[in-house]
Amino acid sequence: MTDLLYSEEEEALRAAVRDLLADHCDAPGVIARTESDTPHHREAWKALADGMGLAGLLVPEDKGGQGATHREAAVVLEELGRAVAPVAYLTSAVVATEALLACDADDLLADLASGRRIGALAVALNVAPGTAYKVVRHEDGPLRGELTGIADAAVADVLLVPADDGGLYAVDATAATVTPQVSLDLTRPLATVTLDGAPARLLGDAEPAVRRALTAGAGLLASEQFGLADWALTETVRYLKERKQFNRPVGGFQALKHRLAQLWLEVVNLRAAARNAADALATGEDVEVAVTVAQAFAGPVAVHAAEEALQLHGGIGMTWEHPAHLYLKRAKADSIAYGTAGAHREALAGLVDLQAP
Amino acid sequence: MTSAEELRRRTRELLAAHPPASTDRLDFLRARFDAGLAWVHYPEGLGGLDAPRSQQAVVDAELEAAGAPDNDSRRNGIGLGMAAPTILKYGTEEQKQRFLRPLWIGEEVWCQLFSEPGAGSDLAALGTRAVREGDEWVVNGQKVWTSGAHNSRWAILIARTDPDVPKHRGITYFVCDMTDPGVEVRPLRQVTGEAEFNEVFLTDVRIPDARRLGEVGDGWRVAQTTLNNERVAIGGMRLPREGGMIGLVSKTWRERPELRTHDLHQRLLKLWVEAEVARLTSERLRQQLVVGQPGPEGAGMKLAFARLNQEISGLDVELLGEEGLLYDDWTMRRPELVDFTGREAGYRYLRSKGNSIEGGTTEVLLNIVAERVLGLPAEPRTDKDVAWKDLAR
Repeated sequence: MTDLLYSEEEEALRAAVRDLLADHCDAPGVIARTESDTPHHREAWKALADGMGLAGLLVPEDKGGQGATHREAAVVLEELGRAVAPVAYLTSAVVATEALLACDADDLLADLASGRRIGALAVALNVAPGTAYKVVRHEDGPLRGELTGIADAAVADVLLVPADDGGLYAVDATAATVTPQVSLDLTRPLATVTLDGAPARLLGDAEPAVRRALTAGAGLLASEQFGLADWALTETVRYLKERKQFNRPVGGFQALKHRLAQLWLEVVNLRAAARNAADALATGEDVEVAVTVAQAFAGPVAVHAAEEALQLHGGIGMTWEHPAHLYLKRAKADSIAYGTAGAHREALAGLVDLQAP
Repeated sequence: MTSAEELRRRTRELLAAHPPASTDRLDFLRARFDAGLAWVHYPEGLGGLDAPRSQQAVVDAELEAAGAPDNDSRRNGIGLGMAAPTILKYGTEEQKQRFLRPLWIGEEVWCQLFSEPGAGSDLAALGTRAVREGDEWVVNGQKVWTSGAHNSRWAILIARTDPDVPKHRGITYFVCDMTDPGVEVRPLRQVTGEAEFNEVFLTDVRIPDARRLGEVGDGWRVAQTTLNNERVAIGGMRLPREGGMIGLVSKTWRERPELRTHDLHQRLLKLWVEAEVARLTSERLRQQLVVGQPGPEGAGMKLAFARLNQEISGLDVELLGEEGLLYDDWTMRRPELVDFTGREAGYRYLRSKGNSIEGGTTEVLLNIVAERVLGLPAEPRTDKDVAWKDLAR
């Protein structure tokens, strides 16, 4: 039976991550950082990875990790979503790590698990599990080609690149040209990766590794989306209890109460869906349906929560200095990341035998 | 505390002493009640053993495996879901002894005399009067939307006993004998064509004071127990994947490819996902209850299931095309229970419209979520400190 609750250890982990982010990753700091040359929060990453060892949650202990499961990683992602933290956790500690777990690359795995190096899977962020992705040319050793939409590539030390011979290769970031793209989501920026005869090391077959990586990414993204949506709801409720118009707290008007109650319902539903996906990834049971259901549900809910937060904060919500826009940008980008809700519904049709006409 | 092992042992003793195959159904149910295996979380002597509610599953599994008769709880949903917890919390010892056993067994079915023509969502505005005469109360008024009144032996009733105080304070809670003179039940035909519910006219009905539940004037607080249990009962069901109406429409989709269109496909997949997620939320709530940490999700589950039932059953009718233009039966009937799966798509579509009204309208429940879960302020009110008799009507 799927366990949809949080254990005491998971709650303790949540509290620790939340404390850390409160100290290292406040909203004004994140906003200022997005306008600098280094949107990635190295200090927060170091505290999470070095200080708490969280980059290695999914890696077995004998390979240098913590030997935890997707359930714990999901709790970390809930808190990172709540803070729209600009760290490469989902891309490196989940997606790149899962790709490496499917290959034979223990040295790299240990590096990523320790947080000493950051990895990025060189597949565009919008690609859904099990669908086509772009590859580079393999020319007797070095790799050539250009890949776009690679999340967190700008901060990666190692890129995991699929090539046209069906292999997945490790390329040192210094051997590639990584050009930041102007991204909708400032806290998880995309970049173009250009390989011009870059030396590469074969890790294993790309197809199963990429599928596994994107499935885990999509499943755990739902927890980030839950954290984000929960922040948006909580913060909006708090604000509407304080903000007065017409000599009453705005949150006392029934038109707004009903909207917030509906949003609450969506958010508690999202928590159950995200928890189910994390538990399925941890146990290996019912993974495809659980992940697909979570991703078909999560995107629209997170976007709705962020849009409501902006709207109900009124003019303040529209300003650059209020963090609502960070959440909206992340939510909208997340709704495309690892496949849109529509792509996941299409996949679901095959999984549960509800075929198209 | 009674362990699972102890419950299993007691259940086997019951089965040995009253073999289901050779025991009369009601006799078996009576013996089960007396053994404390009816609802194990109830007190000893009242059908339970003070065990955790979650351990009922242990007993149920043993009994089901042995082919023991069931108390057919769906036929007495209001009795089991609302009257029983209220009697348990507020009833006198005599009332508990008198009512709970035949209620659980199903020998006596219950209904709820709460809503009135002028007091639905604003239930505390009710105007049915109960006036004390010695050891009795004389009740006059009209109730409405009373599900199952035509099958019921007893009713839980709220009536106004003091019109001179504000509306929430002058209400008292009673148990009403539906066979008493002055109780008249008239069917109310619904959009489906059948009559599940009724109008109930109360004319000089005499209720002994011994059938009062709780203190005089404290009926609103007592009624909260009933209403909270009602919402748990409506929202708290456990379903397998595709267990609700989504399973019916998915089956049609698979078996009748000629009915498929692209638009219906998009809507079906979206609803399938939402039904699965609502099922997971309901399961999560159940798991919270098992570990003794009930979450506020229960307040929302009824909202979610009402909307889903309505959207899915609407899709079902459209999917059927030409058949969707037909209806199975408009005969005015007075059913004992709502039977979604035994009727066809048109019936389900029409009946599900009641899901967002019965047991509290969606609008009232959204207010409850907003105020009690999110802590948002209530709308300003003009009726709070005014005596009921002085309210504008």
